[in-house]
Amino acid sequence: MPFLRIFLLRLLTTAITLAGVAVIVFFVIRVVPGNPIAMMLPPGATEADIARLSALYGLDKPLVAQFGIWIAGVVQGDFGTSITTRQPVLDLVLGRLPATLELSIMALVMACLLGGAAALTGTRYRGGRTEGAIDVANGMALSVPDFLWGLVLILLFGVLVPVFHISGRVTPSLDLPFATNFYLFESLIRLRFDLWADIVAHMFMPALALAIPLAAIIGQLLKQSLKETMNLDYVTLARTKGYGETRVILREALRNAALPTLTLVGVQFTFLIGGTVIIERLFSYEGLGNMAIDAVINRDLPLIQGIVILFAVIFTAVNLIVDLLYTVLNPRLRHG
Amino acid sequence: MDKSGAVDGRSMIRRRAGLRLWLSAGWLAVLCALALFAPWIAPKDPLAQDLFLGRLPPFWVQGAEPGYWLGTDSLGRDVLSRIIHGARVALAVALAAGTITCLVGASLGLMAGFLRGWVDMVISRLIDIWMAFPPVLFSILLIAVLGPGLGSIIIAIVVIDWTRFARVVRAEAMAQGAMDYVASARVAGRGRLGTMVREILPNVLPTIVVLLTLEMGIAVIVEAILSFVNLSISTDDPTWGGMIAEGRTSVHQAWWVLVFPLVTLFLTVLSFSQLGEGLKDRFDPVLR
Repeated sequence: MPFLRIFLLRLLTTAITLAGVAVIVFFVIRVVPGNPIAMMLPPGATEADIARLSALYGLDKPLVAQFGIWIAGVVQGDFGTSITTRQPVLDLVLGRLPATLELSIMALVMACLLGGAAALTGTRYRGGRTEGAIDVANGMALSVPDFLWGLVLILLFGVLVPVFHISGRVTPSLDLPFATNFYLFESLIRLRFDLWADIVAHMFMPALALAIPLAAIIGQLLKQSLKETMNLDYVTLARTKGYGETRVILREALRNAALPTLTLVGVQFTFLIGGTVIIERLFSYEGLGNMAIDAVINRDLPLIQGIVILFAVIFTAVNLIVDLLYTVLNPRLRHG
Repeated sequence: MDKSGAVDGRSMIRRRAGLRLWLSAGWLAVLCALALFAPWIAPKDPLAQDLFLGRLPPFWVQGAEPGYWLGTDSLGRDVLSRIIHGARVALAVALAAGTITCLVGASLGLMAGFLRGWVDMVISRLIDIWMAFPPVLFSILLIAVLGPGLGSIIIAIVVIDWTRFARVVRAEAMAQGAMDYVASARVAGRGRLGTMVREILPNVLPTIVVLLTLEMGIAVIVEAILSFVNLSISTDDPTWGGMIAEGRTSVHQAWWVLVFPLVTLFLTVLSFSQLGEGLKDRFDPVLR
């Protein structure tokens, strides 16, 4: 039963958080000086234009009523209509979501592989120069945010040694047979490896830029807990059985050391997803973040609201999943 | 053997920490000097355009024009002078936004961590809500609403990043609040507010200083990102982010327009963060 209680409690706080996000997004856009309708219209619009548009979007009603109308729609899955494209916000947002999800997950996988490799190598050769070098690299990777890594990668692998594409999600001239927007995933399923390679060549640098800081965090934390685990009795026992150092690290220590890292990866993954906004812009990758920046520049209020809410839903969902996973995996919490 | 290794390692860490502390402080000092005396140091007018001198390469490359050390951008503006003038915006944002964010976030965190009760509940809930926003998108949104300008950038950074301080200071204040010296101060007749300011705050201060240093680096990045998407201050004034945005579009024709502001920004962000890490080691009694 305690597990169910934890679950329900977390669900409740998640709901409160999302409600808070909805309120803040709505009022930030409206309460702060500047008429949203004036923001929507080009300069030089007449008073009549403003009044007509206000009525159309329900903006002539009092603020609280507007919020009520909007939130009632949101709950039913109606996020309104985009001002620039005149399409339903939900369709636009869901159309772009797969691109961002694929990018984030690819980055997460890269971060786990890179960080895991750094931690394992550092633990295997601990106390020596190798560990020192890994620590320095980790420190660098951690100090500099994804935006700058993206620019460095563009220079290295886009200009100096042009092996990857520096903009877009897929070469525009290619004919895409896809039914969904999960290009990376679908190209695999359809066994179109030519397309898959093209998509990866586009995604590689933005994903790596997002992955580098997270890889450093994973590397640091996992190495620390691995080194602690390596001093435990059961590991010493495995050693006395004659297992080699590498095998002891991989088979015995890793399982126990991975748990603390997992919680952290969850929180950091939300930061990574937040980072997609600027990284997608930098690499002209057609995801949610790029659309969000366009929406802000074009003053497309309904679209901005929809995207921010969707990001918040993703963030809180990731946190919720990690919390629950941690509870399930950690016996002390499960029975506590 | 193990023991001597540990001692060695520790002194090595300290030496390395000392070196990076000096290197990063040195770079930031140079940058401050450049920003303060920009009009006298910069070789050219950062806004002067000359289409005949467009995309000149840096001095060691064939075709360079004397006086334009790091080359020019597509409008013929001097890259070096623009970097030097860009330091003004970057450092102004770092100082102002960093300090105000620190004051707001640390105060809220201190109150939440020490006073507990409903104050903590409200502040913690707010932090949760804030953590659900994608920070870059939130800052762009705020700038779009507030309008571009130095003040807007500073406000946006404060609004978004106060949680960084609040979260850490809250945890730290909670840990300190459980200690004996706090109880004795209370027994000795010090009020709650007095205990918070006189007893807890000094003990949390090292953490706050470290966070402040890191925050300044973050502020520099946020400003660069905002000017990269063309939402920072007015488009005329030179900013590193604006230069990077221009360099990104012409990277195949004129790499120097991207590389030099990028290197400057990279070193600056790295310095702030290394300074913070170095200070953290200095304040850490175990390492000391």
